[in-house]
Amino acid sequence: MQGDARRDTGLAVILGAVLILGLPLIADTNMLTLLVVYGMLALSLGLIWGFGGILCFGQAAFFGLGAYTFAIAGINIGESTLPLILAVLVPAAAAALLGAFMFYGRLGDVYLAVITLVFSLILFRWLSTTAGPAYVIGNARLGGYNGIPGFPLLNVPGYPRWELWGDPLYYVAAAALLIVFLLVSWLLRSSFGRIAIGIRENEERVSLLGYDIRARKTVLFAIGAGIAGLAGALFAAWAEVVTPSLFGLQQSAEIIIWCIVGGLGTRFGPVLGAAVLTWVKIVLGGQGAIDNMLVMGLILVLFVLFLPRGIAPELARLWGWVTGGTRRPARRRAPRGGTADG
Amino acid sequence: MDLSVVILIEVLYAIASLILISAGLAVVFGMMKVINLAHGEFMVLGGYTTITAVGLGVNIFVAMLIVAPIVVGLFGLIVERLVFRHLYGRMIDTMLASWGLSLMMIGGFKMIFGNTTTGVAGPIPGFTVGNYQVNGYNLFIIVVSVLLLLAMLALLRGTRFGLIARGTMQRADMAAAMGHSPDRIYMMTFALGSALAGLAGAVLAPLVGLVPTAGAAFIAKAFITVIAGGPVLVAGLASAAGTFGLVNQVFSFLVSPVVGDVALLVTAIVLLRLLPRGITARFFRGRL
Repeated sequence: MQGDARRDTGLAVILGAVLILGLPLIADTNMLTLLVVYGMLALSLGLIWGFGGILCFGQAAFFGLGAYTFAIAGINIGESTLPLILAVLVPAAAAALLGAFMFYGRLGDVYLAVITLVFSLILFRWLSTTAGPAYVIGNARLGGYNGIPGFPLLNVPGYPRWELWGDPLYYVAAAALLIVFLLVSWLLRSSFGRIAIGIRENEERVSLLGYDIRARKTVLFAIGAGIAGLAGALFAAWAEVVTPSLFGLQQSAEIIIWCIVGGLGTRFGPVLGAAVLTWVKIVLGGQGAIDNMLVMGLILVLFVLFLPRGIAPELARLWGWVTGGTRRPARRRAPRGGTADG
Repeated sequence: MDLSVVILIEVLYAIASLILISAGLAVVFGMMKVINLAHGEFMVLGGYTTITAVGLGVNIFVAMLIVAPIVVGLFGLIVERLVFRHLYGRMIDTMLASWGLSLMMIGGFKMIFGNTTTGVAGPIPGFTVGNYQVNGYNLFIIVVSVLLLLAMLALLRGTRFGLIARGTMQRADMAAAMGHSPDRIYMMTFALGSALAGLAGAVLAPLVGLVPTAGAAFIAKAFITVIAGGPVLVAGLASAAGTFGLVNQVFSFLVSPVVGDVALLVTAIVLLRLLPRGITARFFRGRL
């Protein structure tokens, strides 16, 4: 078990480092930064949905909260180290409150999905109306549909003048993704993670074993939101503007599509799904013949119908087949539609 | 006095439009347990059908009340055969597949109708109550939604199809044992729900400018109305729409329309927390 964990970590670090250093040779770092940010966002949902069984339709809400927190705190403070920390803590706190409200109410899957969706819609609606000068937080005007431009970008801690953009931002974001990935791996190996997976598989049984599933789900939900918030802050630093569309329905939809296409119940799948689909979207955006929403929708429908477990498990199987079948393919059951035993 | 009449009409209109928006979903989600996130796009399809039919010279009432439901119903039938048929009983998968469908439809609308607002003129002139102008079309919507509720009640209660459909939704295996084909009944019920969505979109089209993404505005309201309504179809629809329509209009009048919308969503969250299985799980139990 110990050796397994060490090998897993080593493999992730080596593979991650190779990808981080290798990809800029074949692609533009500006685009890669976006892929990395979206990968982290997908990982946040992949954690709570794929391993915790919590289907959150409003993960974009925490992404957007992180971005807005980063922008607003940045304008008020004037540098970006503290805002970056706040961008993790504020969404996590919001998620803890919302999660406590939902999980202690023992709401079912569908209601959970609807409430998280409604939560992000409320934020979207409200922020879209904050155009007037009356809506300010400290020195930051919320700016309605146009959002907030001109906040301090990511800087080296303690040196507000050394702003990071372009290539350095890519390396920072990619390193952050690798660190988050390792932390998620560690969390899933810990007893907390194992119990979370247990809750996904059979909530009733785990609660009968004496674990407080409500508290555990709330904490996991908050952790996922914190990761989404970090991704939001990095997105803000990349885009240099935050707008209410971060909270939009389409953003939420895309996160879910990434997870499905990549593969639920895997750590690497959602990141892969996000990167591939965002890349496809950028490529499609360059041509005008077919609307890219049509293509994304078609991809989602086809995956649900024909490949509901996503790409990553298939890749793992292929890998096992190539290496002679010595390693058992990752045969984790995805939680979708899993009402088999309560 | 005049003002109170106007406010009453506005509140009734808000309730009526919620009923219209949610009726199709109440059948597809409430009865069949298919989480159809493309419901909003089905409505938009109804709206575009109406506009196209009117453009071709069809009478607007015929276009709204007959052509649009038939077209959207047929579309629902095709989609059910291609996609949803394979997903019954897998609630989360229906949700994801229908989300994909909704994105595809938005993309399709953009390619066919362009990313602009299209509209059709309302066919009924306004009239005045004292010093206030009232949109006559609002009254038409109130009438349509009342008739719709009565028709649904009559269909589910009074006809053989309604009886078989209700039975199939409860125990498909028993219905099959009695010699009915659940597959066909699911298909027809889904088409019926789609047709209702098409009707709603068509009737509301003259009031809202149609853009390809207009469906998103309907979907959240429709879902919270159906979910808050709970298991009893018609009574749930009426009671939830009544609650939300009232809250929405009161806050719209007192503060602003946006606050009205936010108040509706907040009410929905609180209501779901208090009555997680819907209003009619506690009241009106066992009726229709």
